[in-house]
Amino acid sequence: MTQAPAAPDDRTVVVTAKSKTADGVVTLTLARPAGGRLPDWAPGSHLDLVLPGGLTRQYSLCGDRWDAFRYRIAVRREAGAAGASAYIHDRLREGDVLGIGGPRNNFPLVPADRYLFIAGGIGITPLLPMVAQADLLGVDWTLLYAGRSAGTMAFLDELAGYGERVRVFAGDAGKRLDLADWLGEPRPGERVYCCGPDRLVAEVRARCTTWPSHSLRTERFTPAALSVTADSGPFEVKLARTGATVTVGPGATVLDAVLGAGASVLSSCRRGLCGTCETTVLDGRPDHRDSLLDDEERAGGDSMFICVSRSVGGRLVLDL
Amino acid sequence: MTTAAAPAATVPVSRADPFSPRNLADPARLHGALRDAGPVVYLSRLDVYALARYEQVYAALVNWQQFVSRHGVGLSNFKYEEPWRPPSILLEADPPHHDAPRRVLVKILGQRELRRLREAWLADADALVTEVLAAHPADGDGWTELDAVPALAETFPLRVFPDAVGIGKDGRENLLPYGNHSFNAFGPHNDLVARGEPDVPRLAAWIGAQCQREALAPGGFGAGIWAAADRGEITGQQAPLVVRSLLTAGVDTTVHALGAVLSCFAGNPSQWRRLRERPELARTAFDEAVRLESPVQTFFRTADADVELGGAVIPEGKKILMFLAAANTDPRRWDNPAAYDLDRDPSGHVGFGMGIHQCVGQHIGRLEGEALLTALACRVDAIELAAPPRRKLNNTLRALESLPLRLHLA
Repeated sequence: MTQAPAAPDDRTVVVTAKSKTADGVVTLTLARPAGGRLPDWAPGSHLDLVLPGGLTRQYSLCGDRWDAFRYRIAVRREAGAAGASAYIHDRLREGDVLGIGGPRNNFPLVPADRYLFIAGGIGITPLLPMVAQADLLGVDWTLLYAGRSAGTMAFLDELAGYGERVRVFAGDAGKRLDLADWLGEPRPGERVYCCGPDRLVAEVRARCTTWPSHSLRTERFTPAALSVTADSGPFEVKLARTGATVTVGPGATVLDAVLGAGASVLSSCRRGLCGTCETTVLDGRPDHRDSLLDDEERAGGDSMFICVSRSVGGRLVLDL
Repeated sequence: MTTAAAPAATVPVSRADPFSPRNLADPARLHGALRDAGPVVYLSRLDVYALARYEQVYAALVNWQQFVSRHGVGLSNFKYEEPWRPPSILLEADPPHHDAPRRVLVKILGQRELRRLREAWLADADALVTEVLAAHPADGDGWTELDAVPALAETFPLRVFPDAVGIGKDGRENLLPYGNHSFNAFGPHNDLVARGEPDVPRLAAWIGAQCQREALAPGGFGAGIWAAADRGEITGQQAPLVVRSLLTAGVDTTVHALGAVLSCFAGNPSQWRRLRERPELARTAFDEAVRLESPVQTFFRTADADVELGGAVIPEGKKILMFLAAANTDPRRWDNPAAYDLDRDPSGHVGFGMGIHQCVGQHIGRLEGEALLTALACRVDAIELAAPPRRKLNNTLRALESLPLRLHLA
């Protein structure tokens, strides 16, 4: 009997480690429940994490992409007892299984003669792998890392190994980051990457208006209003051309379900990366779990990648 | 550079030369022998480690961390030998250098971006089939004869793809020879390579000129690549090399894929009838032909460090030869692998590779295939071989020189 070698990507991960990394920050290590490689990613990528109840939040991948079997994310406790971060800090346990989407990258590291990384608080997470990458590229870089206090700033120990390239500004130690020192004169060929609280990002933006265009890239973590509530329950898929209807259960994929109903759909990577299985959506709202569509394209909702993506409501109608 | 230290005792050894004219012309026997010998086989004549089973080829393709591309994806190891041209920043690069160019091309050649070309290419295919059938009028019984390689397999890609890239009209006859040599150059420095070498300076100069900003028409893929450079997504030095990748890999591959699919149908008349009954199978038909014939037969990687695979240890620095074609016909993965069967799901074949280097032009290839097959299936109700096809030998590509077909008008 012939077998495909890769386990179907059912878009779940298991928490293999949970540890306190700093005051108010926990780090999670994630792996596929059945083992196996996780989808490839580049620095700046974020993962959609789907928590019990369907709450979905984005977290930057901050681990080592040369480890194909594990993801690392760091989660800061946000105010409010009912939110995702409270769940992750107080209730999530090693061995728990969560849903994922992506990873996607809105914050890619582009080529540069020099990098200036500016991190505020938990904004260090997407920049940490960028620092490692810049080192690998042999490109000169500096990281400015600001936070309330050293105790709240994650990954200081990892960054210590880079020496003088990393400047730490711990507010309670009286060291305040003065952006005028760093963003005064525009330096052509230098790229500035900034992630952190809105106030920091806004100030960096303002100072970079005199820089050549495309010098600055920033990442904001999606506010709650934009996050989808995913439904991991079963849903129906109607194949518009044949009239057939199939049910997609929690562990199953739309792709396998429609193949079972006789639809002829090509696929390839089965991980939401290559785009081969793109299918037109005629009705219903997809729960996008792929690595390809940006937020605007996702909101358009007129097509989906059926190897990994699911449904927000109870029913999808596909052009099959 | 080969210091042929004997591999560990557990790795079977083969003295086969995959690039001999006989094996290039008819590789199936070699593929079967390598697959059956073991998950990893040491090729003593080349000092490389061969993977022929689906499981190991798949595993090596997706594992970019340990099976690296920056030392070349041909036999030549760039650590020790000068490449024949500046390395491809897509094909012959690893993360992190690979990231930015890849990202740019994925966006430009994405499934969604190609929607705007779809109608035009379907119409173009229709027009080409009309012209070809007019140029080869049918006899009293409705049969016509033509050589599908020049008439269709070469003509259609050249009709649609260079315009989509946005290159000028002059010199397009250089595209096929340049691609042909590039793919030969992944193999050993044999006759096939030597015969192409005298033309390289002229061809490379022409290709290089097509990659410059001023040479590329607005709205095309090439212009899109330069626009990405203007946005800082890649550098101005990288932009022409990304265009070069399109021109190197985007023509011969589709020519030979179209030749393959027509040859598959010629040998399987029941499948042509199936396609006419169910025209929506055109994309499946194309992928099934890519699986069965594997227009791109092989690629190499290099072991970045000692790496374990299939119970064997491949030593650091050694080249690994992945037989995509053997994986695509591996009975361990595919039921009745030698059959061209439109009711099979060919998904998961490695004819386009897999992982971060998976063919970035696969959606274009599929669109070309779908367009040509759709146009033909409307007008032709039977396809058969008029005479034995003639192979065109290439170190990497499975190609036809000539495919004489008889077509019956519907």
